Amino acid sequence: MRKEKKMILFDAKRLLGFFYAFLVVLLIVDFFVHKHADFPWEDAPGFFAAYGFGSCVLLIFIAKACRIFIKRDEDYYD
Amino acid sequence: MINVIPPAAIFIVGALFVPLIRGRVKSAYMLVLPLLAFAVLVKMPEGKYWMVRILDYDLIFGRVDSLSMVFGYIFTLISFLGILFALKVKDDLQHVSALLYAGGTLGVTFSGDLFSLYIFWEFLAISSTFLILARRTKASQLAAFRYILVHVFGGLCLLAGIIVYIHDSGTTEFSYIGLGGTASWLIFIGIALNAAVPPLHAWLQDAYPEATFTGAVFMCALTTKSAVYLMARTFPGTELLIWLGAIMTVVPLLYGILENDVRRVLAYIIINQVGFMMVGIGIGTQLAINGAVSHAFCDILYVGLLFMAAGSVLHMTGKIRFTDLGGLYKTMPLTCLFCMIGAASISGFPLFNDFISKSMIVSATAHEKLSVIWLVLQFASAGVFLHAGIKVPFFTFFGEDSGIRTKEPPHNMLLAMGIAAFLCIATAIFPGVLYHILPYPVHFVPYTASHVVNELQLLMFGGLAFLLLVRTGYYPAQVRAINLDTDWFYRKGGSLFYYVMDKVLNGVNALADRAIAQGIPLWVGRLSRAPLTSVVSLYMKAMGKDGVAIEEFKRETSPEATSLMAMGVPVFVSLVFLFSLFVVFAFLG
Repeated sequence: MRKEKKMILFDAKRLLGFFYAFLVVLLIVDFFVHKHADFPWEDAPGFFAAYGFGSCVLLIFIAKACRIFIKRDEDYYD
Repeated sequence: MINVIPPAAIFIVGALFVPLIRGRVKSAYMLVLPLLAFAVLVKMPEGKYWMVRILDYDLIFGRVDSLSMVFGYIFTLISFLGILFALKVKDDLQHVSALLYAGGTLGVTFSGDLFSLYIFWEFLAISSTFLILARRTKASQLAAFRYILVHVFGGLCLLAGIIVYIHDSGTTEFSYIGLGGTASWLIFIGIALNAAVPPLHAWLQDAYPEATFTGAVFMCALTTKSAVYLMARTFPGTELLIWLGAIMTVVPLLYGILENDVRRVLAYIIINQVGFMMVGIGIGTQLAINGAVSHAFCDILYVGLLFMAAGSVLHMTGKIRFTDLGGLYKTMPLTCLFCMIGAASISGFPLFNDFISKSMIVSATAHEKLSVIWLVLQFASAGVFLHAGIKVPFFTFFGEDSGIRTKEPPHNMLLAMGIAAFLCIATAIFPGVLYHILPYPVHFVPYTASHVVNELQLLMFGGLAFLLLVRTGYYPAQVRAINLDTDWFYRKGGSLFYYVMDKVLNGVNALADRAIAQGIPLWVGRLSRAPLTSVVSLYMKAMGKDGVAIEEFKRETSPEATSLMAMGVPVFVSLVFLFSLFVVFAFLG
């Protein structure tokens, strides 16, 4: 058991703190970066953040909805 | 100096001697084969060699140009890593078929004519089947059977296309084909099947999770990517591929979220990644083709790495479902680290190799002002991070502790993963090396401030979505289940087809048997022998009174029982075959 404890290299709470801080930094940096936009919407500050977040939420909810139609028991084909 | 032996032959001939050697010599021998092939590759100048003339046609085993070379390098490299990973496996069947498989892939890559292409194409399909069979479970046998049937179908499409193509053009040499007549469509379908283009993709997620833990490493790298090579060779700039590719990038993500088998999730990721390549090939500009080719190169490294990590988990714990795994980082820290490098690479984090390759394809869509495709690809990039970048490592190595206590896999497996992980990062830090060997000159600069920030925003906020949804319980739970895909049509549809054929055609068969084959001789015989009795018994039957004679008649002419093999099936197949021959000749004539 002792050895196991030693293997835990990080503290989940602190890691989450870093993660949130990094997200804030990314949003702030966005205002100072020169953009080479190919499409007009790329210029909107935080576009990629919103798009990334929105995509993943949408994807998860669509997947959840799909499960109603495509899920079968593990021995379905047997 | 042009070398005497083609790289494909090194693997294929080399494979035959593997069962004869034992111990350390065998390990060394197997590792030397890809190194030797690599040495030959490096020394091959561009051009066409190893031409053999058979029956008025030239077989070209060595068409060397910048496109085939990139794939030659990476196929040889991943074969080396795959062999290193599988070194401790005591099963010659696996070693031999893996080497033959690698040889077949190199054969496809360097063949300059359609005949030798077809031969290597089938070689590749057959040898890879043994990597599934070698797992020696009931499920793997059935999966291997479906795998080979699907690939035989694809191979036949390709062969039919080749025959018509040669008939039309009068030459066996090929390069750009482009979608046009019957021949090109048949060839396109044959290649698209191997590239897992929907709806011909289901074989991949069906077969790869059933392969042996080392065999899957070869499979994930070779079949689809050799099809990508061929697609880039024969159908660049085909608009249909842009749309098919866009579908490929999105739909597998839904399955990736729902699937419970680690390797099945990774199989869906392969389809998703090949989707990016198909978009690039479909666009067909120099930037897009460079993007597709470099993406194939990087993909082989990180998907190979992820399959090695998953294979290690399967090998060490005997389990591969997310519902059985969790908390493995405590006892497999190095495997966990390599898996995370693979996950970061596939997600396209800056300093990981997907960042320098996928962005070329996305950039090409922007240059061509394909706004919808651009949005789809960005959507898919965020989605890949969600299910390959986070889900695979999270539910395997972290998440809820499964209580499994194991240890790291053997050194050779760790070393193979370590080299792959190193290359994933090295190609990202020094993209110039990869860019240098691409088919066209590269003017693309991956590391701009806006690209780095945009990509990080896309990924990290996607990660935030995962975190919030897992914490609030909205993320779909990992459950033991099957998720239906298009393989349903031949797995369930096959049974339905069999049932219908059995009932309808065997019914007709039995009826004909009763009425003609048995009925007529019986009644003719009776009438000639005993006309009166026969007439009486007919009369009794007509009056509804059952006599002894009628009972006997019934027993003698009992319809042929439903047999083990539905005779209707071959009959039906022959009819279809004859009809299609008729159609083909009607059109050609």
